[in-house]
Amino acid sequence: MMITNIEIVPGKQITKHLGLVQGSSVRAKHVGRDIMASLKNIFGGELKGYTELLQESREEAVSRMVSQAEAIGANAVLNVRFSTSSIAAGAAELFAYGTAVVLD
Amino acid sequence: MYLELIIFLTLLAFGYGFGRYAEKKHYRSIIAREKELNNIPAIATKHAPVSGQQHDSNLVMGSVVISIDYFKRFAASLRTLIGGRVTSYETLLDRARREAILRMKEDALSQGGDIIFNIKFETSSIFKGKKNTVGSVEVLAYGTALILKQGAH
Repeated sequence: MMITNIEIVPGKQITKHLGLVQGSSVRAKHVGRDIMASLKNIFGGELKGYTELLQESREEAVSRMVSQAEAIGANAVLNVRFSTSSIAAGAAELFAYGTAVVLD
Repeated sequence: MYLELIIFLTLLAFGYGFGRYAEKKHYRSIIAREKELNNIPAIATKHAPVSGQQHDSNLVMGSVVISIDYFKRFAASLRTLIGGRVTSYETLLDRARREAILRMKEDALSQGGDIIFNIKFETSSIFKGKKNTVGSVEVLAYGTALILKQGAH
């Protein structure tokens, strides 16, 4: 499975277009990280726990998108975009979407 | 009443001291790593600047969550009264974007990539403090890395 954020893949032809695929994941952090975060909110600096958390959930979103693409028989997802939104206090949604295609 | 004031002033002082220190340290590390990773160009054009026949491509990304300190948040809330440039947030976002680009480049480097193109950014505020003040921001940078195929020149 090829995942890329460009629209055409050099040297390869798109033989079939299968439409939009997407994957999302909503995560909340646990209390320990929350306390650390509120401390960091006083001192400033990177919130490593959050960075990891969001990275993990983004990977989760991508893997959901990939399994959706696999289910409809694609072998590549092109023009992938990411989007993040905070839904409630302490929870964020990570969203990945792209175009599923068949490359020769 | 006095106790509250003391707590507030202590937090302000802590925020000012540690925040300044953290920011300076971060900027030093950013500048040093930017020099190191200067050999991987990161560009925003849609199409690869070199012919892609001898390359594989792969999605690379880097993200960072970074928080503003107490003093700066207070300064920013004062700033919203009179308007104008909110420099506290400007440096926060600048640091976050540059860090995200660096992490993306490090990701590309670990996969053997030598150029990144079609870079997109995604920014969101993660943590909302009291009265909906922005606590921390997440910046994600992603793009396509070109990786020279093995055996090709």
